[in-house]
Amino acid sequence: MGTGAGGPLMGTGSTDGAGAPLLEIAELRVAFGGTEVVHGVSLRVLPGERVAVVGGSGSGKSTTAHAVLGLLPGGGRVTGGRILLRGEDVTHAGEARLRRLRGREVGLVPQDPMSNLNPVLRVGRQVAETLVVHGKASRREAPSRAVEILAQVGLPEPARQARQYPHEFSGGMRQRVLIAIALACRPELLIADEPTSALDVTVQQQILDRLDTLTRELGTAMLLVTHDLGLAAERADRVVVLAEGRVVESGPTRDVLTAPRHEYTRRLVAAAPSIAAGSASGPARAAETPTGPPPVLALQGVSKEYPGRGRGGPLRVVDDVSFEVSRGRTTSVVGESGSGKTTVARMVLGLVPVSSGTIRLDGDDIVGMRGPRLRAARRAMQPVFQDPYGSLDPMFSVERLVAEPLRIFGVGDRTARAARVRELLDQVALPATTAQQFPNELSGGQRQRVAIARALALDPALVVCDEAVSALDVLVQDQILRLLRTLQEQLGVSYLFISHDLAVVREISHDVVVMRQGRVVEQGPVEQVLGSPSTPYTRQLLAAVPTTAVPV
Amino acid sequence: MTTLAEPVATVPIRSGGRVLRRLGHNPAGVLGAVLLLVVVLAGVCAPLLAPYPPAEVHFTTPFQQPGTVGFAFGTDDLGRDVWSRVLYGTRTSLEVGLLSVLLAVVAGVPLGLAAGYWRRLDALVSRLADLMLAFPFLLLAVGLAAINGGGLGNAAISLGIANIPMMIRVVRAETLRLADSDFVLAARSMDAGPWRILGQHVLPNALSSIIVQATVIMPAAVLGEAVLSFLGLGIQPPAPSLGIMLSDAQQYLFRTLWPGVFPGIALALICLGFNLFGDALRDALDPKTVSEGR
Repeated sequence: MGTGAGGPLMGTGSTDGAGAPLLEIAELRVAFGGTEVVHGVSLRVLPGERVAVVGGSGSGKSTTAHAVLGLLPGGGRVTGGRILLRGEDVTHAGEARLRRLRGREVGLVPQDPMSNLNPVLRVGRQVAETLVVHGKASRREAPSRAVEILAQVGLPEPARQARQYPHEFSGGMRQRVLIAIALACRPELLIADEPTSALDVTVQQQILDRLDTLTRELGTAMLLVTHDLGLAAERADRVVVLAEGRVVESGPTRDVLTAPRHEYTRRLVAAAPSIAAGSASGPARAAETPTGPPPVLALQGVSKEYPGRGRGGPLRVVDDVSFEVSRGRTTSVVGESGSGKTTVARMVLGLVPVSSGTIRLDGDDIVGMRGPRLRAARRAMQPVFQDPYGSLDPMFSVERLVAEPLRIFGVGDRTARAARVRELLDQVALPATTAQQFPNELSGGQRQRVAIARALALDPALVVCDEAVSALDVLVQDQILRLLRTLQEQLGVSYLFISHDLAVVREISHDVVVMRQGRVVEQGPVEQVLGSPSTPYTRQLLAAVPTTAVPV
Repeated sequence: MTTLAEPVATVPIRSGGRVLRRLGHNPAGVLGAVLLLVVVLAGVCAPLLAPYPPAEVHFTTPFQQPGTVGFAFGTDDLGRDVWSRVLYGTRTSLEVGLLSVLLAVVAGVPLGLAAGYWRRLDALVSRLADLMLAFPFLLLAVGLAAINGGGLGNAAISLGIANIPMMIRVVRAETLRLADSDFVLAARSMDAGPWRILGQHVLPNALSSIIVQATVIMPAAVLGEAVLSFLGLGIQPPAPSLGIMLSDAQQYLFRTLWPGVFPGIALALICLGFNLFGDALRDALDPKTVSEGR
């Protein structure tokens, strides 16, 4: 890094004193078919500088990044503006030029580590291939160079792992391999498109640390595309905020975060759930009596085993889990993927059979319940799932979706149900006209509101939210969390909230259960667990969360 | 575009307008639709369009060339009007095709749904389907026809049964995919029973695949009927069938070509129509080919 020059930020006009920019995007316009999605974006990256492009989905941040590499998906075209790489105009460069550019001059770390490696080729071969294609190594020496590079990105046993296939790797390890491929040819610019959004927080931190060290060592400039303002704050020298295809603000990270000038940035900063700021807005503090009425839900020594394949013996994915959800309050279960938190949610909902232990809903053990009693239990608890695209049947209108639980339980007649649907839509702040729409006509946030309305239709005592906000943009996420809190105050409903995101958990919950590898590591009131964690694992989780608090 | 998962949904049939519009943009699909329209009209209106009853013989004028006054497509060895017989033959082909598709759907769809939803039934149903698929389609149809005997109804039944296993496979695969989806999980946690889940959630979402599979079965059944009739196992003379016409024409091939050419062309047009239309329909219903202008 070292180039401390802030330089002119929004305009593209003059060259600043600190030397020519490595990448300069001037008034870039991109259109898909007839609709323009990027309306004149300008930004520049100096050699060795780390710039974050932040924005919600649909802001055009990924499109801008892909335009640099000439990788716009089918139908996308650059309709105006210029992209200069070290002064050379590559806006309309031919395929041959672009192929040389990709990898050798500009590396890309893609978003999804699961689908970006070829599943039938050994990992080492895939790294070596990049070296050979760009003439950085001969066929003979490429394999050993690949092993070296894999060691650099932090694979513990590079020589052995180079001979493995992608499916033998975890998400974090695959992302390391992708970073290795991106950096193999020592590009001067690395474009990281949401490099960690598919990974767990602790893994995320390791990956970003490694990316940081490597780019610093090699003097590579980085263009970090992310929706996560906290992450941008931690990792970038400068931030460019995009909204609806326009740059709304840009400048040194600290300035943008501490004194956001544009309304959108201000909302983004305010919405970013932060560990530090949590207690201020916190969940409704009305129910401050933990030792009051009996809990809505109580799990006692719940375990789930799957019969093991081969020698391993049975696989325990949930091991002796006990916790409670008090009436009108929220208990969150946090943990990384593989911690068993989703299995817990599904056992509570009766979708996955319990191996041992008891789950009491309003005092009745629902484990092994059948027939009419299970039906009654299900009526008292309703789910909201993670993916608002998948959890609503695309063939159903919103009215039919929200009314479905009412029809299943035979509540009211047609007109009574229609009235109830209108009431529910109103409660989740959707216009009544939404009733006639279909899920594919709604945004992610609207769909999640529909899912919440459906969950509330039967006046359940408990709503199980399985990662209910993790697929949403920060701003939308904030709105949905606020909605959930309001509904809790109004209706006195309890939430079992499953999440991997500690910042979100901080916002919504009264009690927290931290799970790791199927076991409860720590549990208690939110202030206690997140304020003064008693186990190293919780501390590690907390430390890994990127915050918008500016490091001083 | 960032963390949101791509929509996994199939295009709802409800949005028929959009599907039609997409079909309209596909030239091959439009050609297929036009062919289908012509063929179906010819079949439906055969009694109106045909100048003679299909079995009426004119012993004085056998082997007329096409274009002869009164016999636009000429006549065959018994002096029957080829044009009338092609029209009625098309009608028969469509009848048999439609009936066998109906049978394949009526039997295959519930079995496929059941196999996809209940793992225990799956072993039984899928093995049975595999067993039937081990025989070539036509061999199976010929065998069944030999057992059932001839006639339009029996030919349709034989061809329908032979097509059931493919329909089972398609519906089972769709059911497996859909039964795993979040919205079915949501319905289960709302205590929706299997009938509600299969009938209201899985079946409507699988409908586009079923329709596409039906357009694949249709031409296969039309060809199958021609083959069965050609072999004498299908429609029985003197009832008109494109397969019987081909079989008759074969004996006099060196005397005149025409009585064999016209039914062949009719058969080709029917199958081409269904294949083109089916292909275009699959593309139009496939969410993955959404709006990426070609």
